[in-house]
Amino acid sequence: MAALEQDDSSSEFEKLFAEKAKELLERLENNDVAGAVGLIQDLQKVRDESLYQEIGHLTRALHESIKNFKLDGGGQGNDIDEAHEGLAYVVEMTAKAANKTMDKVEESLPLAEDIASESSEIQQEWKRFLNKEMQPAEFRELTKRINGFLDKTSSNTRKLNSNLNDILLAQDFQDLTGQVIQKVTSMVTDVESRLVNLVSMAGHVDQMTGIQHEEADTPEDEVDPNKGEGPQIKAEEKENVAANQDDVDDLLSSLGF
Amino acid sequence: MKILVVDDFSTMRRIIKNLLRDLGFTNTQEADDGSTALPMLQSGDFDFLVTDWNMPGMTGIELLKHVREDDRLKDLPVLMVTAEAKRDQIVAAAQAGVNGYVVKPFTAAVLKEKIEKIFERVDG
Repeated sequence: MAALEQDDSSSEFEKLFAEKAKELLERLENNDVAGAVGLIQDLQKVRDESLYQEIGHLTRALHESIKNFKLDGGGQGNDIDEAHEGLAYVVEMTAKAANKTMDKVEESLPLAEDIASESSEIQQEWKRFLNKEMQPAEFRELTKRINGFLDKTSSNTRKLNSNLNDILLAQDFQDLTGQVIQKVTSMVTDVESRLVNLVSMAGHVDQMTGIQHEEADTPEDEVDPNKGEGPQIKAEEKENVAANQDDVDDLLSSLGF
Repeated sequence: MKILVVDDFSTMRRIIKNLLRDLGFTNTQEADDGSTALPMLQSGDFDFLVTDWNMPGMTGIELLKHVREDDRLKDLPVLMVTAEAKRDQIVAAAQAGVNGYVVKPFTAAVLKEKIEKIFERVDG
């Protein structure tokens, strides 16, 4: 790994630096000015060489990273594109599952309502029969109605059963989208660790050149209060966030709602 | 009772429409953001607005502000149904004149309670 070589060379450089500094001090104490100047020149040379080496490492690592990210065009197998596609797939799958579920629920509701209303009507009639308030002709009508109801109930419940099964199956998106999201997450982690690596390499170069970066200006993200932020993750742990409807209600009632 | 449901996700519009139907409100129309909703409100005779907050184009809070600025719409009852849950945002919605605020994910019971409360207050 380039990162390891680079660490070695930089610690080597530091060791050499420390040694030469000690020698420099000795020579100065012995009034060997010419020797001291020579040493400084040596040190300069070592630093320059190490610096070129470091920059070489950094450049190579950068190339490697770009190659690994597959960002350098070519059109296919780009990690970022793959993440985009993966997340688009998640949106598509979840939408499909939600719509499928709602289709089946909308199809089932009238079937269940049908059974409920017809059975309660038949119940009324049945009570009249039990109370012996029913004429024979009416009873014949009732038996026909019950017969029809039983037929309909058995076909409705079969349909309900199959709809419930379809709803169950529509939840398979959780498995598929879960896998895609895990893949994207691990890709992001990978990219992050490579970036950290690059930053630490660049840090060594800074160290050798003595470059001091001013703290980069990171202005607080100006958020347009009109823009939404979407769902709050870990809402319970955040103080400025209402964790649930009760919190919202409390807040609103404190405002006189 | 004519209701406009505004949300950028069609599945959420469908869920809200189904819940409203279950509550006896069958006359509903849909819009997918504030800028489509506003002209519909201005030209239609809507009695109630249910809107999400976070939408591309015009957001729900902007829509609410436009509604309150419009002489003919300023008294329209507005229920916000949204994932936005920051205290500042809820306060901002209240200040903009929202009539009810439901955070997602929500239950049918909560939606029903808030709608009933709004109409109690409007009628009373």
